[in-house]
Amino acid sequence: MPQTLFEKIWNRHVIVKRGENEALLHVDRNFVHEGSFHAFGALAAEGRKVRKPRQTFATADHYVPTLNREKGEAAVTDPEMRNMLDLFAKNTRANDITHYYSLEHPQQGIVHVVGPELGITQPGLVITCGDSHTPTHGAFGAYAVGIGASQLKQILATQCLWQKKPKTLRVTVDGALPPGVTAKDIVLAIIAKIGTAGGTSHAVEFAGAAIRALSMEGRLTVCNMATELGARSGMVAPDDTTYTYLAGREFAPKGSHWDKALQFWRSLPTDDGARFDREVTLAAAQLAPMVTWGTSPEEAISINAAVPDPASAGDANKRSHMEQALRYMELTPGTPVDGLKIDRAFIGTCTNGRIEDLRAAAAVLKGRKSLVPAWVSPGSTTVKRQAEAEGLDKIFIAAGFDWRASGCSSCAATNGDTVPAGERCASTSNRNFEGRQGKGARTHLMSPAMVAAAAVTGKLTDVRKLMGIQ
Amino acid sequence: MQPFTKVTGVAAPLELANIDTDKIIPARFLRRLREPGYEKLAFHDIRYDADGKDRADFVLNQAPYKSAKILVAGANFGCGSSREAAVYVMWDYGIRSVIAPSFGDIHYGNELQNGMLPVVLPDATCQKLRQQLRDQPGAQITVDLETQTVTGPDGATYRFEIDPSHKERLLKGLDDIGLVMQNIKEIEAFEKKHHAELPWLA
Repeated sequence: MPQTLFEKIWNRHVIVKRGENEALLHVDRNFVHEGSFHAFGALAAEGRKVRKPRQTFATADHYVPTLNREKGEAAVTDPEMRNMLDLFAKNTRANDITHYYSLEHPQQGIVHVVGPELGITQPGLVITCGDSHTPTHGAFGAYAVGIGASQLKQILATQCLWQKKPKTLRVTVDGALPPGVTAKDIVLAIIAKIGTAGGTSHAVEFAGAAIRALSMEGRLTVCNMATELGARSGMVAPDDTTYTYLAGREFAPKGSHWDKALQFWRSLPTDDGARFDREVTLAAAQLAPMVTWGTSPEEAISINAAVPDPASAGDANKRSHMEQALRYMELTPGTPVDGLKIDRAFIGTCTNGRIEDLRAAAAVLKGRKSLVPAWVSPGSTTVKRQAEAEGLDKIFIAAGFDWRASGCSSCAATNGDTVPAGERCASTSNRNFEGRQGKGARTHLMSPAMVAAAAVTGKLTDVRKLMGIQ
Repeated sequence: MQPFTKVTGVAAPLELANIDTDKIIPARFLRRLREPGYEKLAFHDIRYDADGKDRADFVLNQAPYKSAKILVAGANFGCGSSREAAVYVMWDYGIRSVIAPSFGDIHYGNELQNGMLPVVLPDATCQKLRQQLRDQPGAQITVDLETQTVTGPDGATYRFEIDPSHKERLLKGLDDIGLVMQNIKEIEAFEKKHHAELPWLA
């Protein structure tokens, strides 16, 4: 029987079944970060240790400072934040985790940037992390799931995960993207179409010509925000783009193992005629640069549209959420989003902190000046070095952006990189929830090029006007 | 894990849809250790004003609802971040069950892992229950896992669905590590074969 990419990976990782629909899955790679301290604490309290330290990868990202990094941990002034970094070091040491990308490590970065760029993330694997944006890794054709602290503890103790089999959803984006429209716009359009619960309990495969045409960086952006569909996992079938990206990376298979891996990876894409529980399609040619106006990622519209009226919402849940979002964002229905004044701009995160994202923003910023305070936090220290080798840092600095160190920064804002209350921030991150970037902060999500355009004009702007496209 | 069998208690209506885990516990508190007083962080930014005083418009600040053991919420409750601290703060507050039309996937699992029962009931039923709770502040609801029923303030009962294995684990308070380690022979055999086939992953 024809199988989907998801089914092939699932079936290969089932150790035992329990009942009809539940399985004990083998976990190939488990990632941890400072926020994993509850799981490590519970593990130690039970007198257990990490069962497979070699399959466990640790990277400091949520609590690392993005300023004064040359000072190391001394740059962290808050004792509770420093405790997070100290606990992390202690827990990795106590559990013999040697793949540890600490604050000072030259390959440190956001977990969902480091995994892919070091080749730890590969097609056909089951990957877990105690972070909701773990579906990012699915861009390589892996089944990657975010978990809470209790399940993380179980994985640390056993390298296995009990899971109910998710349903499957294929989102097909046909055709070619118009110039100036990016991966971020695709995924915001998908979320706007099916909603933040549209993928709940589903493994989502992104397919179609527009997805195939994306680079690995673009696919990572799309899969990252599968989380904002409520999806268990997002995935893209591996192809030559995937294999070319992986070749030669530190943890990628080498020599005869590479040939064996290629053979395995080529067997993974969804078979013709395989059935999904649900199918959704979008036409790439109809997409425009997107921005969010509200406090849920589904409250996203084209930059050429106006803030919608809650009265237009079909369901009461949605209407009440929209009304609250308008109050929080201090917006009125009917206001065009193009031209909305901003106070800050932020580029980075596991969604859009990769080299291609920085290149796209720099292309818009070159020869221009930001009118608002703005900063860049590259997705990893490796990305930062690469950007500096290409001279992108000079473009950002000349445009008035702070060129900072790598971390989650103002996405989770756990490290103190917050946006002041009442300020409007153009951001490449993935969530515009109330208070996400700081108490009272107002977040507008968009692509890196759109954030750059907002910075240099001081307002939400269709980047295509600055690119000479429109 | 403490088993969950049946809970009867004051229920509070939470009107908003898409209550994300950032709302249940804001990110800046995630570095706090789970110590006495942790329950004060629950719903922090919608519960207190800028001066740290109780906001009168937040339901759990209103006298009859303060001792709530059950929440009846809008759709997509607990969406967003995977932070299990969202469950810890609710548990420490005294919440034992959340009733909603739908839940964020990871949060749903996190509740189950901590002996809390997430109950899915249709949107119309949740709206009706919330209306009854607004009309009779301090009214009680019963959530019975064994019979898979919710009994509203008016005595009406509603059946809910739950995965049989989730039900069994909650009723018995079973720990997943124990369940996994029963299969250690199969696990070791699987790993040997898997890594023989894909040796670069070993």
